Amino acid sequence: MIGNQIAGFFSVGTPPAPASNYESIASYTLSGGETSVTFSSIPSTYKHLQVRWSVLNSNANADLGFRLNSDSGNNYTFHGLEGTGSAVSGSNKGTSLSEAYIGIGSGVSSTPGVGVIDLLDYTSTNKYKTFRSLFGYDSNGGGYIILRSSLWLNTSAVNAVSVRVTPGTFSANSSFALYGITGA
Amino acid sequence: MAVTYEAIATQTLGSTASSVTFSSIPQTYTDVVYSIMTPTSAGTNTTIQFNGDSTTIYSHTQLYGDGSSANSLRGTDQSASLAGVSNGTASIRGNIMNYSNSTTYKTYLARGGAGGGTYLDAVVGLWRNTAAITSITFLASWPVGTVLTIYGIKAA
Repeated sequence: MIGNQIAGFFSVGTPPAPASNYESIASYTLSGGETSVTFSSIPSTYKHLQVRWSVLNSNANADLGFRLNSDSGNNYTFHGLEGTGSAVSGSNKGTSLSEAYIGIGSGVSSTPGVGVIDLLDYTSTNKYKTFRSLFGYDSNGGGYIILRSSLWLNTSAVNAVSVRVTPGTFSANSSFALYGITGA
Repeated sequence: MAVTYEAIATQTLGSTASSVTFSSIPQTYTDVVYSIMTPTSAGTNTTIQFNGDSTTIYSHTQLYGDGSSANSLRGTDQSASLAGVSNGTASIRGNIMNYSNSTTYKTYLARGGAGGGTYLDAVVGLWRNTAAITSITFLASWPVGTVLTIYGIKAA
């Protein structure tokens, strides 16, 4: 049996798994009642990061705030383009904030708010960090679709990412996943 | 190392079609990503249905630009919801989040662009059903040469 397994491993009919440039680093599925989630000790071996999330939460239109390296100083800015289903706003922005608002929770039962955040060149130590997000929810008569670009005014390499909901809490089955994208 | 982001299936159209379905989608991923490219206009915007469901439990909120202004529209109680603009040579990418769960309704995000001076959009859509998604149907007037692909992304 062992000999057959070794022969199978080396056989030409069993190609190795393809190398992947998009790798899962960590993920969380919440049990409910949490107000934040943190990805810490992020490896510095990737080129870019992506966070993908799907949340249920307690309060209508709650903000999801994004912090890097646990920095809660007023070092974040954002600007965005927002659709409400009947109107467009291109003027929503914020400066000198203690977190970047990159997401929204519906607060509606069984109706997830979702989003994708791209953080490019996160290990750089010679530039501030820009990240962009696409997020929103639809609740069959309500909701938002929002594009935002955010800035962390710090040149440190990113080693931790946290997401906080305000007001209220995350509900059970909210999920967050962090991925790393390698360069050539 | 397990592959995190991989193609599940591709359909390249050799003849025109009004719908394209991906069925028997594995339940082993976290999210499904779809990409659609049309060589010419699909005549209308792309809409999406899940699990063959055509009941009026779909809705969407859209943000779009038409080259002269930005607008936002909403669709409620639809038999299919908007999945990206395709009334021009189109490129669409969508993210169906947490598709295999059986606890929540299903929300997806998409961005599309239709060339020839038509539209660019972002859309969030909802299917008010807690069932896991096992099939996806894309609807439009698909021209020959349209390429539709679905990918699976698996979290750790």
